Amino acid sequence: MAGAAPIPETGGSDATYARLRRPLLAPTWAVIGTFLLLPVLLMVVYSFLTKEFRGGVIWDFTLAAYDQFFFDRGLFGDEPARIEWTYIMIFWRSIWQAGLATLFCLLIGFPTAWFIATRPETSRPVWLFLITIPYWVNLLIRTVSLRFILRDQGPMNDALIGMGLIDQPLALLNTNLAVQLGLFYSYLPFMVLPIYAAVERYNFALSEAAADLGANRWRTLVEVVLPVVRPGIVAGCILVFVPALGAFLAPDLLGGAKTFMIGSLIDEQFRGSQGNWPFGAAVSVILMTLVLIVLMIQARAATRAER
Amino acid sequence: MQTAISIRRAVKRYGPVTALQDVSMDIADNEFFTLLGPSGCGKTTLLRMLAGFEDVTEGEILLFGERIASLPPEKRPVNTVFQQYALFPHLTVLENVAFGLKMKGMGLAERNARAAKMLELVHLSGFADRKPAQLSGGQQQRVALARALAPQPKVLLLDEPLSALDLKLRQAMRVELKALQEETGITFIFVTHDQEEALAMSDRIAVMSAGRVQQIGTPREIYEAPVNRFVADFIGETNLIEVEVDSVSDGRATVTLPGGHRVVCAAATNSGGRHALSIRPERVALAADAPDLHATVERVIYLGTDLHLITRLDGGEPFALRLQNASRTALPDPGARIGLKLEEGAARLLAD
Repeated sequence: MAGAAPIPETGGSDATYARLRRPLLAPTWAVIGTFLLLPVLLMVVYSFLTKEFRGGVIWDFTLAAYDQFFFDRGLFGDEPARIEWTYIMIFWRSIWQAGLATLFCLLIGFPTAWFIATRPETSRPVWLFLITIPYWVNLLIRTVSLRFILRDQGPMNDALIGMGLIDQPLALLNTNLAVQLGLFYSYLPFMVLPIYAAVERYNFALSEAAADLGANRWRTLVEVVLPVVRPGIVAGCILVFVPALGAFLAPDLLGGAKTFMIGSLIDEQFRGSQGNWPFGAAVSVILMTLVLIVLMIQARAATRAER
Repeated sequence: MQTAISIRRAVKRYGPVTALQDVSMDIADNEFFTLLGPSGCGKTTLLRMLAGFEDVTEGEILLFGERIASLPPEKRPVNTVFQQYALFPHLTVLENVAFGLKMKGMGLAERNARAAKMLELVHLSGFADRKPAQLSGGQQQRVALARALAPQPKVLLLDEPLSALDLKLRQAMRVELKALQEETGITFIFVTHDQEEALAMSDRIAVMSAGRVQQIGTPREIYEAPVNRFVADFIGETNLIEVEVDSVSDGRATVTLPGGHRVVCAAATNSGGRHALSIRPERVALAADAPDLHATVERVIYLGTDLHLITRLDGGEPFALRLQNASRTALPDPGARIGLKLEEGAARLLAD
């Protein structure tokens, strides 16, 4: 076909719109339905089913999975219910680890973003490109590579021994530190990019105005820069915290039993005959609820700041 | 009168580019002083050097006798009204105005009271709790003014603060700014490229061009006794005619006008030869007998209060004149040949 067809003169354009609305929206709904609503619905439904011993589920509705998460009723389920701390502690550790990773990403990511955003306009794309290069490699491979770097005979320990800082290799693998490093490394760009976008739009005359009114560099940062680029910082924190909370690769490959996180717990429930699908689904639902609460708090704070 | 700011042989270079060359001036306390010039003349650079945003390559800046060239902006008792206002978008109007006081360590109640008073001064009392984005350009301008005045600076620097406003508002703000300066008794240093603005408000004006000060004087001096071609041309309208200097001494010159008529005029130069003669369009009258110049009318433009005549001298140079509409004299038609009489002191011989 050559050229665009002329727009037909229709008498009732509103009627046409109403008629075409549904079919035109159909692809959107198909995508949202197939890739968002259906999986979430499946997850929620499965969390209320009964587990089948060799994996899978029996279609018997029960609250057993949630009960298992929150309550300890003894080995045979006949003792009075006590609070089950095991999973809550895993959640707590995950929140703590993810929060810490977010903090580190912020501490490194903010100056990085600031640096890039204050380069001449022509060189900024180069810096952004450099930031994203490592992310062309699959996350799994990068995380496994970290294992090699951190192991006892790895380059990290070799370097430290070579510099004479330590005599014996440090046990870096399977520690919180290794998991932290993995999370930090995995999600740093998610912090840098939104902050970069905010800083790039920042009007540097505001910093001059602050200095003019007697603010030193530190107060300018705290009183003016940070509040003004706050949306970028909040976006970055959410983009790091949320996936870090459910992270699976870093804790699984770099951590040990003591660094067990939510992601690994869920993963375990869907592995082979040891698994427990309803329980895995229930943990996922609880995780998702947690994330939604965080997002809602953020959204409320954002609308309050608007006013 | 006490000197508020003394700039001594200030030079500013950006690599090989010289933005300011050997600038010296004294600005008196309580003066409304304007830096006037076309864009790129160095006026904003000079203002930013006073504020502390640009360092001084060479020379010295004294504020009430103290050297400030090495002080960072936050340590200088001067405040700036920025061209695009630079109001803090996350703070309310009141918090914006109180910002400088907060930085000085003043308590919340006291600084809010002071800020409220400043808002009263700029007629924005009802807007204390709004965010800057909810204000009009003119209102933002006033907030910027109140914010800069609140810490009671010794000198207020204004970087083309009216340029973003529309004409009506700009004219109203001129009067208001001048009144504000008289009311507060603070020295204002005002940067603009708008000569009308400069003439309307200033006690004195420094006309700048190409990184140099061309002339410093009262609006009247600048307009009526420009020292060189640039100043005469930049301030107001003028006719510049190349003339032969017959004799010159003690600021008076005898020159031969095109057409052969000789006049005595004030001179800003002491050298002979050919120079530009400036004749303001409103200082010329139509004259039937004994005219100084002969011209042919090309166009008559009606401007209400004035009539603007575009003519061409017999020698071929364009020549404009403005006549008050009140004059009952019959108006020449395009194509008519007319005689022009220079008023006393209308012509001024300029340095190049």
